[in-house]
Amino acid sequence: MTGPATEVELIDRLRRGDQTAFTELVTAYQPRMLRLARGFVPNQAVAEEVVQDTWLAVLRGLERFEGRSSLTTWLFAILVNRAKSTGVRESRDRLLSADEVADPPGRFDATGAWSSPPEPWSERAEDRLDAERLAVRARKHLDTLPTAQRQVLLLHDVEGLSREEVRSLLDITEGNLRVLLHRGRSRVRAALESEVTAR
Amino acid sequence: MRVWAARPLVCRDAVSIMSDFVDGRLPRREANRLERHLADCPHCHEHLEQLRLTIRTLGHAEPEALTETALDDLIEVYQRWRAEESAGM
Repeated sequence: MTGPATEVELIDRLRRGDQTAFTELVTAYQPRMLRLARGFVPNQAVAEEVVQDTWLAVLRGLERFEGRSSLTTWLFAILVNRAKSTGVRESRDRLLSADEVADPPGRFDATGAWSSPPEPWSERAEDRLDAERLAVRARKHLDTLPTAQRQVLLLHDVEGLSREEVRSLLDITEGNLRVLLHRGRSRVRAALESEVTAR
Repeated sequence: MRVWAARPLVCRDAVSIMSDFVDGRLPRREANRLERHLADCPHCHEHLEQLRLTIRTLGHAEPEALTETALDDLIEVYQRWRAEESAGM
């Protein structure tokens, strides 16, 4: 599932009715698609439904896959469109709130200098065990982010889609994308900080 | 003194543009201002490293693995589609 050649071959096998190709495809993509769907809908059950519907739409639309976009982009586009029409989980979060601050108040003094500087933990966190613990914490914390922040982080930082793809899938401007990435990352950074410094 | 030099950044502002900096989205002049600030400010430098680590960690977060029940449900979806196909729908 790594290169375009493999993807095209997989799709060909699917078109020929090869069930093992389908098993390979869902084994590789279902976990990521479910995680992505959770960023759009109210709960796990709805997410599972949306992803199942997506697979059926994928199978029905096999003829339309031309290999121009990557398989991931194609699958995610179908998923996001279905998830969006199913219902955004907390629609109020879609609006960017101007008064929301990513960092807790009191970190900076009146001049804008640090009054409560970050504890130095980035080097410690390079340790392998810590890295695994942090990945778990980051994954859990993603689920608590406001919807719009979570969606951009999932698509951009977790799944590695390009900014253009993310903007088009979510129908947001570059300015929105930048703000949402900044806020979402700030929150996850703070969560990782409390994980590392708690010990 | 260079009268045209931009005023130095304060830490709060430096933090607010770090995400764009990491993504290479800051205009050159802004990026230079931030780099100058980072060279003198260990706290902001540490904050930047933490932000980079956060983004790297997000990229490594593995999703929950596919369960057997979920796979069975999906095989059913596949078979429904095959049935549709052979019925010429």
